[in-house]
Amino acid sequence: MLAYAIRRVLISIPLFLGILVLSFLMLKLAPGEPTVIQQDLQVRQSEVQRETLRKLYGLDKPIYEQFGMWLWRSGRLDFGRSYMPDGRLVIDKIKERIPITLGLNVLELLITFLLAVPLGILSATRQYSLFDKLMTLFVFVGFAMPDFWFALLLMILLGVQLGWLPMSGLRSLNFEYLPFWSQVWDILSHLILPVLVASFGGLAFLSRLMRGTLLEVIRQDYMRTAQAKGLSERIVIYKHGVRNAIIPVVTLMGLMVPGLLGGSVIIETVFGIPGMGQLFVQSAYSRDEPVIMALVVIGASLSLLGNILADLFYSIVDPRIRVSGGGAG
Amino acid sequence: MLTRRRFLTLLTLLPLGACTRSETAAKPAAGDGGPAYGDTLVEASIGDISGLIPNITSDSSSQDIGGLIYSNLVRTDKNLRLEGELVEGWDISPDQLTITFHVRKGVKWHDGVALTAADVDFTYRYMIDPKTPTAYAESFRQVRHAEVVDPYTYRVTYEKPYSPALLSWGIWILPRHILEAPWKAGVDLRTTPQSRYPIGSGPYLFQEWKTGEKVVLEANPDYFEGRPYIKRVVYRIIPDQSTIFLELKAKNIDMAGLTPIQYRRQIDYPAFRKAFNKYRYLANGYAYLGFNLLDPRFQDKRVRQAMAYAINKQEIIEGVLLGLGQAAQGPYKPGTWWYKPDVKTYPFDPDRAKTLLAELGWTRMNSDGVLVKDGKPFSFTIMTNQGNSVRQQTAEIIQRRLKAVGIDVKIQVVDWAAFINTFIRKRQFEAIILGWGLGLDPDQYDIWTSTQTGPDQLNHISYKNPKVDELLEAGRRTFDEAKRKEIYWEFQDIMAEEQPVVFLYVPDNLPVVSSRVRGIEPAPAGISYNFIKWYVPAHLQQYTR
Repeated sequence: MLAYAIRRVLISIPLFLGILVLSFLMLKLAPGEPTVIQQDLQVRQSEVQRETLRKLYGLDKPIYEQFGMWLWRSGRLDFGRSYMPDGRLVIDKIKERIPITLGLNVLELLITFLLAVPLGILSATRQYSLFDKLMTLFVFVGFAMPDFWFALLLMILLGVQLGWLPMSGLRSLNFEYLPFWSQVWDILSHLILPVLVASFGGLAFLSRLMRGTLLEVIRQDYMRTAQAKGLSERIVIYKHGVRNAIIPVVTLMGLMVPGLLGGSVIIETVFGIPGMGQLFVQSAYSRDEPVIMALVVIGASLSLLGNILADLFYSIVDPRIRVSGGGAG
Repeated sequence: MLTRRRFLTLLTLLPLGACTRSETAAKPAAGDGGPAYGDTLVEASIGDISGLIPNITSDSSSQDIGGLIYSNLVRTDKNLRLEGELVEGWDISPDQLTITFHVRKGVKWHDGVALTAADVDFTYRYMIDPKTPTAYAESFRQVRHAEVVDPYTYRVTYEKPYSPALLSWGIWILPRHILEAPWKAGVDLRTTPQSRYPIGSGPYLFQEWKTGEKVVLEANPDYFEGRPYIKRVVYRIIPDQSTIFLELKAKNIDMAGLTPIQYRRQIDYPAFRKAFNKYRYLANGYAYLGFNLLDPRFQDKRVRQAMAYAINKQEIIEGVLLGLGQAAQGPYKPGTWWYKPDVKTYPFDPDRAKTLLAELGWTRMNSDGVLVKDGKPFSFTIMTNQGNSVRQQTAEIIQRRLKAVGIDVKIQVVDWAAFINTFIRKRQFEAIILGWGLGLDPDQYDIWTSTQTGPDQLNHISYKNPKVDELLEAGRRTFDEAKRKEIYWEFQDIMAEEQPVVFLYVPDNLPVVSSRVRGIEPAPAGISYNFIKWYVPAHLQQYTR
């Protein structure tokens, strides 16, 4: 088991380096330079000023040197300073935003999982019933509907027309003056819409997967054995069926991590949530290279971590994988 | 979003013309209980705030907020007339080289320290430091000598008379007692606490900044022009335009600038009309279709005139701006004292365009209906930047109109950084649709003279005309308004005749403000100039803490 885990981590390293090289190159090869954004078409700029900025940021050095310097520093979690006029340390900028994004994503995963599993079981055990058909419809809607559009529809209905829920931000303006339980509700109410929208696509996907695997498991021999033993339908399904069917679902949740991080970009922008996704959009627009690169590194690390955990988990619950000693990736 | 005393783009010497009007009938002032202190005004900012030393930021949100925290040496009043803010007045020496500022006495920084000429001097020295990452240094580099005569007198002397000089002193004055030590120690001021927790001298005190969430300002009870009525101003950071609009409709935001389509089609229902007053005034800027004048096809002015005749500006204004703007006839904002209203214009006239093109030998058409000369079809690409749908739609309308006179136009939309760096700087374009934001001084030396055609300079269409060079040089060397007017009127006649670019339109600014806010008096300067006099009558106040 340990050997498998070590090997699994080791093969991720070249992959990780590959991601870094590609993203660094992509950023550097894109036309335009951060200095352009910073003072684009300001009437009173001069060449001297542009050169000052280029030197300040080390943009006058050859590209491999820039990459080397950057890699060396990032290894020690020193991502440098942001190009934005605030000039703050990149790591500080990210640190204050990571908990928000991670918290939201964990919440989304949890809700997705807690809803998708029962929905999938109900669909599978009542195959072709009205409920199953409605679920199928829901799944297709969930797959087809763009996040930001769904978000806007919900905001118009629940925020503007009915006025039930806040539409953006994490807290109300008078948050500090509220009693404790109102503060709790204030935060929860701000989370409802973003979490709902972010979970929607994943919910459709996972509930469908749960239904499919459970249907497959139900046809297995050991299920028939269990039934033949005279176990009740409930025990057959939940003890023998679901436990086997849930394995791929849990695994695939690990693979959903990159998708969630990507989704944060949209969700946090639309709902005005000060997380990493929002920071990513802002940095991309302003060509804030140190921040973009740091976010890419962190995003890539989290995704790889998700994959590794999924693989390891899979190998724990399904011994065949580590016995045959491979096949994961 | 709404420019509030943002300098370099907001200054002028003299005003004219009322181009502002309130579209909502003024609510009766009587019976509202009169001005009262209190309440919070919530605004939205689409971008994050980059820092609260506005001299070294370039995003409009940081500068809007900075404008409330800091004071400028001079500013423009409601009629865009230059007036002192931190100075009581100034004298210009007879040789027009020296300006002496008389700094207002009794002004205090938010921490209680007195503001003096030494702070002005520090700001000047910081601005001209080559290490300072600012876009505003150029005009200060024209200063030959600067001195603090006494704590309340500051004197600057220029190499040559430089009439945009006064304007350039509309810079935010920075606190020397806080920033001089780190500056001398070589610290980047953007990383100092002043950039996060600023001490200013303006009408609002900094209270709180939660990154990516909000900035909160609180009225300065000791402001030298009187305590502002509105107690608190909150800038919420919401990075999505549609979310901002929905928050506005839900009345969670009190003030925002709208797009033409929102203004015309999406707010005209009773609840919104009751909750908000809308305003409309000409923006400081115009859009144009520019040609690369290094390309021989565009060098004869008749080609450019033909295109001006072939394009229907009114159609663009109606179709794209939904009527919320006016046709541009030259490089200046209509209504300013230097604007010449009776220049040569180019009414929509495709036949005239065809005649002009025929004069130049573009007579034969190929089977696609495109004019051909020497075997080459008249075909070019208009480039514009991504993220500006108004410009893209304008390009499409122009494409159709030029097609009608036999010119084939392709449209290419490019990301802003690439657009500037790859195409504009390297002159790799045939035609562009872009806009110029206008300073409130007629000096446009940087845009039109032949000395400014380098890669990083602003005359990217490579326009060269000795007469224009001469006029624009003369215009910045005299403070005499009558003389300047004469010079710039001649310049505008040349622009109109030569059409170095086809001037397209001047858009309107379209702000809405919660109707509980009173005291807004639209003027040529817009609405924000008297922000400290805005108030919410006591019985309408929404935020009590």
